[in-house]
Amino acid sequence: MGEIGILTVSECTDGALDAISAELLGAARKLADELGQKVATVIIGSGVGDAGKDAVAYGADEVYVADDAKYANYQPEAYAAVVQQAAKDLSPAIILAGQTSIGRDLAPRVAFKLQTGLSTDCISLKLDAGRMIMSRAVYGGNAMADYVSESDPQMATVRVKSQEALAKDDSRSGDVKTIAADADIKTAFIEKVTEEVTGIKLEDADVVVCGGRGIGSEEGFEPLNELAKMLHGAVGATRPPCDNGWIASTQQIGLTGKIVSPTLYFGIALSGASQHIAGCSGAKNIVAINKDDEANIFNVAHYGVVGDYKKILPALIAKVKELG
Amino acid sequence: MNIVVCCKQVPDPEAPPASFKIDAAANKVAPAPGVNQVISPFDEQAIEAALRIKDGQESTVRVISMGTDLVSDVVKKPLAMGADELYLIQDEALNDGDGISTAYALATAIKKIGEYDLIICGRQAADWDVGQTGVGIAEELGIACVTVAKKVEVVDGKVRVERVVADGYEVVEVPLPAVVTVSNELGEPRYATLKGIMGAAKKQATVMSAADIGADTAKTGKAGAKSKLLKLYIPVREGKCEMIEAEDPAEAGALLAQKLREAKVL
Ligand SMILES: Cc1cc2nc3c(=O)[nH]c(=O)nc-3n(C[C@H](O)[C@H](O)[C@H](O)COP(=O)(O)OP(=O)(O)OC[C@H]3O[C@@H](n4cnc5c(N)ncnc54)[C@H](O)[C@@H]3O)c2cc1C
Repeated sequence: MGEIGILTVSECTDGALDAISAELLGAARKLADELGQKVATVIIGSGVGDAGKDAVAYGADEVYVADDAKYANYQPEAYAAVVQQAAKDLSPAIILAGQTSIGRDLAPRVAFKLQTGLSTDCISLKLDAGRMIMSRAVYGGNAMADYVSESDPQMATVRVKSQEALAKDDSRSGDVKTIAADADIKTAFIEKVTEEVTGIKLEDADVVVCGGRGIGSEEGFEPLNELAKMLHGAVGATRPPCDNGWIASTQQIGLTGKIVSPTLYFGIALSGASQHIAGCSGAKNIVAINKDDEANIFNVAHYGVVGDYKKILPALIAKVKELG
Repeated sequence: MNIVVCCKQVPDPEAPPASFKIDAAANKVAPAPGVNQVISPFDEQAIEAALRIKDGQESTVRVISMGTDLVSDVVKKPLAMGADELYLIQDEALNDGDGISTAYALATAIKKIGEYDLIICGRQAADWDVGQTGVGIAEELGIACVTVAKKVEVVDGKVRVERVVADGYEVVEVPLPAVVTVSNELGEPRYATLKGIMGAAKKQATVMSAADIGADTAKTGKAGAKSKLLKLYIPVREGKCEMIEAEDPAEAGALLAQKLREAKVL
């Protein structure tokens, strides 16, 4: 094996590697194996614990850890300096980060500092004659576009849940080292306000019951809550219910919200705008309930019912109860 | 306060997906009949953020729109909402840029048009959904940047921003000058008033070329781009939806439950 081909930017929470970071390592491993090169990852945080070892188990050959109290919260200049340092030390051909709250802010900073091209929110990465072809949705998901970077390193942020992580293999070997970098700090972190709703996390739920503008009010979400509870799922929404305050904005699904890929997804009283579908097209079964038989959601759904959700949902709920 | 807002004209992103067409040979989006041009929605929120600051303190809001084929009524909307000046940066040499070359051109224009304390952009444009321009402008100008804001306040020479993250928001502070990109959580942009619309009709936009802003065209548009678009295409969807037909909605609901059970997804 040769030099470092790919550097990924890992994120961790409470000392455990985030799912997206394992997905990035899975994607990186595939590309690196094809290139005959190594995978390195950089982990920035405070109290990163076993995240370094986990990164090796998920496919990294080398791990660079910046573990310091100053990294406890996302600090853009400090984080960018560490990634930039890793890029300088390792000269990777490719740098990958997640399209997450951190990654979508961090990756452009690094790309501009390195004066290199970046493709954001990619859903597929493959090699062609040694260069990485990055596919991403554009125009809200109405079209797809393939890009190549004409500068190095080639950079991409990758959509959550678009890549397969490798099975965790603790017997895999790799080096875990430390990395440090000074930064010109401009951004002062004041506080973090958590607004997560209780119950199963939307992005982890196996059943998602999603309501759209047609739900009409906060109370309108009650049958959706009931259905989600019965099926041990979570309730999500399109943008209008979030903008209108009927549901917490953390529950927005879509291009600029959460990405979900449950086994079962109910799209209720929502039209199926491309920007929304971007967040749920990975669902294995999509059920649409809409009073307009021409709504776009029926073009992506597997099961559809045309009609008023207020009349359909109670009957659906009663039958689910009866079936047990 | 001198506030600059970057506004991009885009085809209406809320137009029905079926109306969306591309010209595969040219790797471009084909203008579809009946699809209007609009200000990219997050950029309208950027105007709103600027006007909220102007509501509270003496400010000048300058708007920059870069692009060719700009529609006057569309790009003038920020003026009708309450912005003070409009600059249209129009030059073929600035078209088809990527994050880097677009940010370079906008930063060059911003420096040219005057003093700036705060620059506000949408979090991403609704056409290419790139989401790099705000950060890029800040990097070009060597100033701070906060992305995906839902609240922007100016206090004592600093901007205090509530930045949306997956499970809530972070409150951060940066010194001026700074760039902030805003998200829909900021709230609805205000409507243009009749007085605003009449005022906007009277105002003249300042039109500038790449040479007028002093941009090096080797670094702008397609020539300055590091990312190359290879292929634009419409993804194919299999689209096989089993419609549940029944006498009435209640029956349909029950039938749906049964179907899902039979298919073992429930
Ligand atoms: C850059 C950008 C990013 C965006 N990001 C996102 C995103 O992340 N997530 C997102 O969701 N949106 C996003 N949007 C907005 C998106 O374009 C749509 O506006 C939004 O998804 C529409 O939500 P909706 O389907 O609930 O509303 P609508 O399109 O108004 O649809 C409402 C539907 O409800 C149906 N209906 C009404 N009443 C009933 C009833 N009683 N019973 C049954 N059906 C009924 C109607 O027939 C209609 O089809 C984004 C937009 C832009 C420009």
